Amino acid sequence: MNMNALREFWFQFSRHRGAVAGVIIFVMILVMAATAGLVLDHGPLELVGKPFLRPGENFRYPLGTDSLGRDVLAGIFFGARVSLLIGVTATIIATTVGVTIGALSGYYGGWLDDGLMRFTEIFQTIPAFMLMIVIVAILQPSIGIIVTAIGLTSWPEIARLVRGEFVSLREREFVVASRGIGMSDIRIICTQILPNSIAPVVVMGSFIVARAILNESGLAFLGLGDPNVMSWGAMIGKGREVLRIAEYLTVIPGIAILLTVLALNMLGDGLNDALNPWQKER
Amino acid sequence: MSATHRYIIRRLLQAIPAIIGIITVFFILLNIAPGDAIDVLAGEAGTANPEYMERLRQLYGLDRPLYIQYLKYMWNIINLDLGFSYRHQMPVIDLIIQRLPATLLLMGSCLTLAFTIGTLLGVVAARYSGTGIDYFTTFVSLFCYSVPVFWLGLMMIILFSVKLGLLPSGGMVTLGAGYSGLAWFWDIVKHLAMPCASLALLYMAVYTRLMRASMLEVYDSDFVRTAHAKGLSARRIAIRHVMRNALLPVVTMFGLHTAGVLGGAVVVEVVFNWPGLGRLAFDAIFARDFNLLLSICVLSSILVIIVNIAIDLIYCLLDPRIEMH
Repeated sequence: MNMNALREFWFQFSRHRGAVAGVIIFVMILVMAATAGLVLDHGPLELVGKPFLRPGENFRYPLGTDSLGRDVLAGIFFGARVSLLIGVTATIIATTVGVTIGALSGYYGGWLDDGLMRFTEIFQTIPAFMLMIVIVAILQPSIGIIVTAIGLTSWPEIARLVRGEFVSLREREFVVASRGIGMSDIRIICTQILPNSIAPVVVMGSFIVARAILNESGLAFLGLGDPNVMSWGAMIGKGREVLRIAEYLTVIPGIAILLTVLALNMLGDGLNDALNPWQKER
Repeated sequence: MSATHRYIIRRLLQAIPAIIGIITVFFILLNIAPGDAIDVLAGEAGTANPEYMERLRQLYGLDRPLYIQYLKYMWNIINLDLGFSYRHQMPVIDLIIQRLPATLLLMGSCLTLAFTIGTLLGVVAARYSGTGIDYFTTFVSLFCYSVPVFWLGLMMIILFSVKLGLLPSGGMVTLGAGYSGLAWFWDIVKHLAMPCASLALLYMAVYTRLMRASMLEVYDSDFVRTAHAKGLSARRIAIRHVMRNALLPVVTMFGLHTAGVLGGAVVVEVVFNWPGLGRLAFDAIFARDFNLLLSICVLSSILVIIVNIAIDLIYCLLDPRIEMH
């Protein structure tokens, strides 16, 4: 992208106030995740103080402590790492699978297209969250398995989107010309068509990160999170057991999830307006 | 045979490979796992007597090679036999029939509510696009779209059950109350309110966003400009011309959401202790009750396929330009 395009992008993007707010919140959460180990001298799983300290009761633990005396603030900081790591990695998996299948399907068409689309339909028909639960529960929860489960259930939409783009681009002059000068299919796909169809994929990617974070928190809430790390969903799951006496243990991590997902969705809306200007709001 | 009949039959035939694929995916997945239902049963009974366990495996056919089990399962499905639940010691079909009404009630009320309010909000946001009303609706729907459903449910419990004491925090009926008639109905409504609302807000957000975008797109088309030029009122254009066409993608989404009917509500059913299929499936995972789990997953997938065929037929009613092929 050259400077002008970048400036044009930023002009479009920054007109969208929600998107800018989304970026700011998201950057704050990134900073939290990055500095968790520097700001806090204890981890989220360490027992540091008296149990059930309410927020504000002890200034060393501004958000209070949980039923075992673990610092809630540490949970929020370190939980940000887990959420972002899982959200982004799962999206990378989903995008890689989705783009590959969509590109092959859309570029070659014919029986390959039929076969791949049938395959995609199977994954779209299975209730996604159910499949995630089954994969994680059967294979034992660990970050790797959770990421794989979320990634493997999120790619069909990307595949369909990319296929659509490829179908509409594959007979255009510049592609025909590339073929004419003897470019290989792989090169045409990667250097000619893909760069022209990447904008909607980026937009959808930001929404998929948001949904992956929601899914991860749902799994962790059900007790299907990695037991070796602290995640926001798991904090809510634990907090639920003491909902009636210590509601803050449920409220606080939920706000963290909500803000992160909201920020990503606002960002996605902004990207959509800036990258797909022909669908711009009126 | 009419075109519609032929269309339905072809779509059903097309669905067969998908159903086989789904069964295969789940069958492989469930059998990768170490341990089976017998291990869990024996563990709970506290007797790891190998002879006894072997006898149970023979009884349930779990000692057979995997491909035999697979083929046998397929054969049973063709004969509409869903198998036996080791955990509950009863046929899977009976269990499902027992739990189905609760899930249908929850998802039916939730989707109806969400669809009605969501499309209406979308219409309003699109008609007043660019104004404060639009920004407000857009933000509210984005907010609802970003809230973790299980957390929203817990927040409602804190507010309405713990603080205000207005609504029961779980279950579907007050146990032991023995209500009948209107009191029984009212009791269920009170139990249904929170699980339904927490799930409905999410779906509502999706419909609002989609309906708004779809309306704006249709507003741009030539026939709407013509309608304006003819001097029709803005209201008439919005309802008769734009809404009708804008509904198509929303209806599609509605069809996709039914995918959640049998299994997707798992978290909400867990939060509110709702006696539906989602929780049944969730418990089945940990009991390694694979016949039950497999049946729920397969059934919900089949339901999705059927609903989507129905949606395509509705499409033709909404828009006569679309033909069945």
